[in-house]
Amino acid sequence: MEAFETVELSTDLLIVGGGMAACGAAWEASYWAKKNNLSVLMVDKAAVDRSGAVAMGLSAINTYIGAGKGENSCEDFVSYVQNDQMGTVREDLVYDIARHVDSSVHLFEKWGLPIWKDAEGNYQRAGRWQIMINGESYKVIVAEAAKNELGVDNIIERLFIVKLMTDANDPSRIAGAAGFSVRENKVYFIKAKAICCMCGGAVHIFRPRSVGEGLGRTWYPPWNAGSNYAMMAQVGAELAQMESRFIPTRFKDGYGPVGAWFLFFKASATNAFDEEYIHNLDILKPWAPYDAAKPVPTPLRNHQMMIESMEGRGPVSIRTERAIAALAEKYQDDPKAYKKKMKELEAEAWEDFLDMTISQALVWAGQNIFPEEKKSEMMAAEPYFIGSHASHAGMWVSGPADLAPPEWNWGYNRMTTIKGLFTAGDGVACSAHKFSSGSHAEGRIAGKAAIKFLVENPGDVNFDASQFEAVKAEILKPLKTFEEGKGYTVTDDITPNYIRPKMFLFRLNKIMDEYAGGTSSWYTTNKPMLERALEELRMLYEDSKFLGANGLHELMRAWENYHRLWTSEAHVRHLMFREETRYPGYYYRADFKEVLDQENWHVFTISKWDPATREWSIRKEPVQNWLGL
Amino acid sequence: MPSYVIDEKCDGCKGQDRTACMYICPNDLMILDAEAMKAYNQEPEFCWECYSCVKICPQQAMDVRGYADFVPMGASVVPLRGSEDIMWTVKFRNGTIKRFKFPIRTTEEGMAVPDGGFPEGPGDLNDENLWTEPTSGGFDTLPTK
Repeated sequence: MEAFETVELSTDLLIVGGGMAACGAAWEASYWAKKNNLSVLMVDKAAVDRSGAVAMGLSAINTYIGAGKGENSCEDFVSYVQNDQMGTVREDLVYDIARHVDSSVHLFEKWGLPIWKDAEGNYQRAGRWQIMINGESYKVIVAEAAKNELGVDNIIERLFIVKLMTDANDPSRIAGAAGFSVRENKVYFIKAKAICCMCGGAVHIFRPRSVGEGLGRTWYPPWNAGSNYAMMAQVGAELAQMESRFIPTRFKDGYGPVGAWFLFFKASATNAFDEEYIHNLDILKPWAPYDAAKPVPTPLRNHQMMIESMEGRGPVSIRTERAIAALAEKYQDDPKAYKKKMKELEAEAWEDFLDMTISQALVWAGQNIFPEEKKSEMMAAEPYFIGSHASHAGMWVSGPADLAPPEWNWGYNRMTTIKGLFTAGDGVACSAHKFSSGSHAEGRIAGKAAIKFLVENPGDVNFDASQFEAVKAEILKPLKTFEEGKGYTVTDDITPNYIRPKMFLFRLNKIMDEYAGGTSSWYTTNKPMLERALEELRMLYEDSKFLGANGLHELMRAWENYHRLWTSEAHVRHLMFREETRYPGYYYRADFKEVLDQENWHVFTISKWDPATREWSIRKEPVQNWLGL
Repeated sequence: MPSYVIDEKCDGCKGQDRTACMYICPNDLMILDAEAMKAYNQEPEFCWECYSCVKICPQQAMDVRGYADFVPMGASVVPLRGSEDIMWTVKFRNGTIKRFKFPIRTTEEGMAVPDGGFPEGPGDLNDENLWTEPTSGGFDTLPTK
């Protein structure tokens, strides 16, 4: 095997990741760091301009409160999110997002993001919390501001961090991180007194609905490997609500967005018999009081749609043709105005896809779908982990000093239970409905808090160099395994000596799909199935020692899939622990069918993997409605 | 395959140490075949069709063919990205062509001013105001409870 150089770096604050949250953190932390003579280093496994979930762009910003303009109050936002997530979000964290998110949006506009305006010159709303944007370059613009503030000399791209490391004298204190270049033969050890770990959510945990080339057409990007959950869990940080996966219901196959269609174009959805299933409110009664919430919570809306498919009344469709006809109706006596309105609607409909899910435009073009003529099929996708959206898995973090109850504040906002280790965006649990702007705002929150931590904890950390050789060997092991094992067979893909990352992934995806509530069971699981999942995952964990990678790209895949395995185990343990079906439309516990147990389970589930004992434990933490909502 | 390189148009970015597509792909799919001096997508089944490579290619040598397992053939979606706007040409399977043009940014490339012109806040590590707050949030005072 070729020799790998060991590169040792040192910084005060290390930011791992390059997406919306990480860019918010880099931008904010840089400002405070300069004031306090501290150094900041950002490392992204890709290129910051187009890394993360906003690579392609977005057609809307889904969290803009307009609080300063009196459009909405922060309290109303908290109430909305709490109901939408069936009562299990942290009101301190959600309020904190609400008061900081508008700043991010106003900054984006100043940096160059075009935001649609209505006739009065205000931001054009799609729904109550959402505004429309021309967002093809959204990520480029946000990255640019972060780069201009932090300085490109403080950013290393194509460096994949795979392991966090704690202080040799204090396992509850972060001390650094290790990873490798995806371009050159270099292993990095980065000493850091504080770390913002902001690597996104998790995709390809479950087998996706498309399994050919279409494997790549997941709703959230395939480069989200659960690195946040895995790396932070491995150093003993507590995770919360890891049962909270998200099932997006989107245009079938292309997974194009439906938000603008429902909110802006006011489209309806029907089953195969032209029935508008959103009127089926009786089926939601088991989940009282959330069935009475307005708007209907996302899991319950999902449930209404899934029942149609599960009971054989699919396909389900969005009636784009009716929406457009209704919007153009008032111009129909004036052919010129009608034609103009139709052109305008068409451009808006296509921009919705072209700004953020170009594949959906390809699906329409390939199927000869003209939205004004023909309805489009909608489908519930495979499960995702995305704490920034309509779900809330992630790390259990300290909240803001002025809002958090004392038991939820251990000194620094968005710090995990490991001292000096911060997260934001998809990494933070119990703080849903942030989307892109809220993730950026949460990055800013954590970035400032990390600098405060550094200023108040100036002592050095023991980043134990005696571990480096062993950790380097661990990082590079898949390369060695491949090199040593490949000669046995004529072709190097099928051999008893190693498992290639892709097959490892397929095995994981099949286990999760079949036992842990994937699409093949319409998201249904039970305790015996989950116990089987753990048995299978245990064997897969043992076989991870035999991962073989033929180069740097595959080495990255090997580590990503190992992170996915950790994410999967945490998910299964949480699914098993919560004995009810609180989130129908996301998953169903068949052994607790239609059971919402407020008495015993109106709680957060919090787990931890202890690096000393190598054991998982899981506990309940009561939800607090401190806003009195 | 989802994103692909047109052989006669690709010049391997003139043999610099990395190609533009290799630089930008968020999923590390693009790689240079140094012998052929052409780039190619090494793992098309993990392509998200984000079009970052298509947009950045200086020779317009890249395109996307919709996923073969569910997109019927004959369609294409081609961007032409400028400094202020982007033009899209959508070709349907039945030959219909539509063109759209949308804005992409209101400031000059590279010129995002970090503080956005907003004044600094109190600059106190111990309060809840972030760098440019409360002004950037549209508040006189940051909300609290």
